[in-house]
Amino acid sequence: MPEVFVNGAQLCVPDEVTVAAAVALAGETAFRHSVTGEPRGPLCGMGICFECRVTIDGVPHARSCQTLVQSGMDIRTT
Amino acid sequence: MPSRSFDAVVVGAGIVGAACAEELARCGLSVAICESAIVGGGATAAGMGHLTVMDDSEEQFALTRYSQLLWRNLSNELPPDAEFLPCGTVWIAADAEEMAEVHRKYEFYAARGVCAEVLDSRQLVEAEPNLRAGLAGGLLVAGDSVCYPPCVAHYLIAKAVQHGALLFQPARVTEIIVSGVRLTDGSLIESKIVVLATGAAARELIPDLPIRPRQGHLLITDRYPALVRHQLIELGYLKSAHAVDSDSVAFNIQPRATGQLLIGSSRQFASDDIGVEPSMLTQMLQRAAEYIPRLPQLSAIRAWTGHRAATPDKLPLIGPCVNRPNVYLATGHEGLGISTSLATARLLADQILDRKPEIPIKPYLPQRSFVHYA
Repeated sequence: MPEVFVNGAQLCVPDEVTVAAAVALAGETAFRHSVTGEPRGPLCGMGICFECRVTIDGVPHARSCQTLVQSGMDIRTT
Repeated sequence: MPSRSFDAVVVGAGIVGAACAEELARCGLSVAICESAIVGGGATAAGMGHLTVMDDSEEQFALTRYSQLLWRNLSNELPPDAEFLPCGTVWIAADAEEMAEVHRKYEFYAARGVCAEVLDSRQLVEAEPNLRAGLAGGLLVAGDSVCYPPCVAHYLIAKAVQHGALLFQPARVTEIIVSGVRLTDGSLIESKIVVLATGAAARELIPDLPIRPRQGHLLITDRYPALVRHQLIELGYLKSAHAVDSDSVAFNIQPRATGQLLIGSSRQFASDDIGVEPSMLTQMLQRAAEYIPRLPQLSAIRAWTGHRAATPDKLPLIGPCVNRPNVYLATGHEGLGISTSLATARLLADQILDRKPEIPIKPYLPQRSFVHYA
């Protein structure tokens, strides 16, 4: 089971789950905040709506629903 | 029904037409504006919105410098949606040859009162940490800015209307006649003077103008605040943008007030097709990625094209049209229409109102000879 970090907290997740699943398993509900400050999270789950974006290993605006976890990933909600 | 007889009718409500309408209305003329689509929706919306002092020629410098002083005054009253950002420009030198150009450019600006600062390799990295390592240096021109031109055009049109101008929209002009302009529906707007400010489309109404549409591609990214701090332009730009007759790309990127990055640029004398050409876009982005290695990791929101109105000598046409004494031209600004819009309006109004211009007008008069460029 890969170990990832969600907002700095270490977490073991099942193999081959998406980053979106890892964030949800970490108990986070707001994946990011819109420009006007509203909380946002996965909506379409298939890479179209861009609502689930998080920062992965320092790269912002990564679609968490389209990215599989890798051991050691640093995932940040924004 | 409002009167349909005016001192001047401005055709085209891009930023140049909007600035002309505002200037003429403020000076007391009765002004009509005809816009076929939406205010600021043509090349004004397609361009980058840089407000840059240029030194390709003395004439280009004089116009961009004069305009920048006018922009400085206007910026104090612009609404937030105009996104005026005094970010400055850094001209980037990749190698020793381009660094020599940095020094030449510095001397040129210094001799003419423009503040500029030579950056060595280390200072460039400090100013822009996301540039690739090993660049030779750059020239920081702190007085340059960027803005969001469509909203500036809206603001200038609103000001013109406050001064009594009347906006006809949608109103497509099909013909310019001695007594004014004719619209698609056959109706006439009477006017002593017609100001033609439709950019690269000006030849639809006056076919023999020395203007060619020069297509450019742009792309805007998602929000990555502070990834780039200044407008960045490669000095190789001078080599590519000056090659008038060939297709070219050059690295040019702007930080926007939203945190987004606007990436250019390309130049080609293109067909009427305004679609994005994947090969040109790819070439442009590859060039940009050579300067900002992180670029391929960023998310793009949109890419588009627009048409610059290019003249043979790279200077705009500002003044009376040859053989059409009632028509004044305000077009042919190529890639500098936003930068030079305010100066264009002043110089045009100077001629219409018989005022003394603040800079010599002759280089921009449409009657100048283009023969030696043929």
